[in-house]
Amino acid sequence: MRIPILKLHNYLLISIQTEIDDQTAIKFQEDLLAKIHKTGATGVVIDLTSVDIIDSFIAKVLGDVVSMSDLMGARVVLTGIQPAVAMTLIDLGIHLQNVPTALDLEQGLVKLHQELGG
Amino acid sequence: MNPRSCVNIHKEWDIVGARQLGREMAKEIGFGTVDQARIATAVSELARNIYLYAKNGQVCFEYIYTNSQKGILMTAVDTGPGIKDISRVMQDGYTTSGGLGAGLPGVKRLMDEFDIESAAGEGTKIKAIKWIR
Repeated sequence: MRIPILKLHNYLLISIQTEIDDQTAIKFQEDLLAKIHKTGATGVVIDLTSVDIIDSFIAKVLGDVVSMSDLMGARVVLTGIQPAVAMTLIDLGIHLQNVPTALDLEQGLVKLHQELGG
Repeated sequence: MNPRSCVNIHKEWDIVGARQLGREMAKEIGFGTVDQARIATAVSELARNIYLYAKNGQVCFEYIYTNSQKGILMTAVDTGPGIKDISRVMQDGYTTSGGLGAGLPGVKRLMDEFDIESAAGEGTKIKAIKWIR
């Protein structure tokens, strides 16, 4: 299974719609970094609206992909984290500090726009 | 009637299978969305531990009833290497796999009751209960 990555101007947009297993998560990490490299994207939005579980492994993969993209010069924003998922992550002790987030895709794009100066 | 449903864990995709079953059973008995997510996440952590450290094992679910409460009991059993120092693995941030070290202490926080038995060389058995509020 592969998570599709869409390009929109300087941005990459990802909406995770499937149940993520570990391999899919790792593959996505590689695919996203390769796509950033290939397209020269400066901003990335990963929308998690349809994701109803994030366990410690998926959280690590997501946190890592934000740091990795940052090293390459692309800013990542995670959007649409569901209330139940946010509560579960905090229970797990995962705070994802230093990971930029926004309420939804629209807010995420606004945030990128502001941070990257249009 | 108290059926018990189990998922064998021996490949990675079984982690997903286990958490789907856990979530379905939690939903069926009447847990809300947040507790469904907590239960599914706890299952995911336990199933991944089996897959990573023991290679083979089983996660089972059953409904439990008392006079005043009902809930779900999950049992994760493996015959892997076991855990030498249980107090250590129950510490936040302790990991031998390069993960976040959130697994077992996280599961304990996500669930209402948590019990772990393990012997080096014999395997590990974890029982966790969530009650409906």
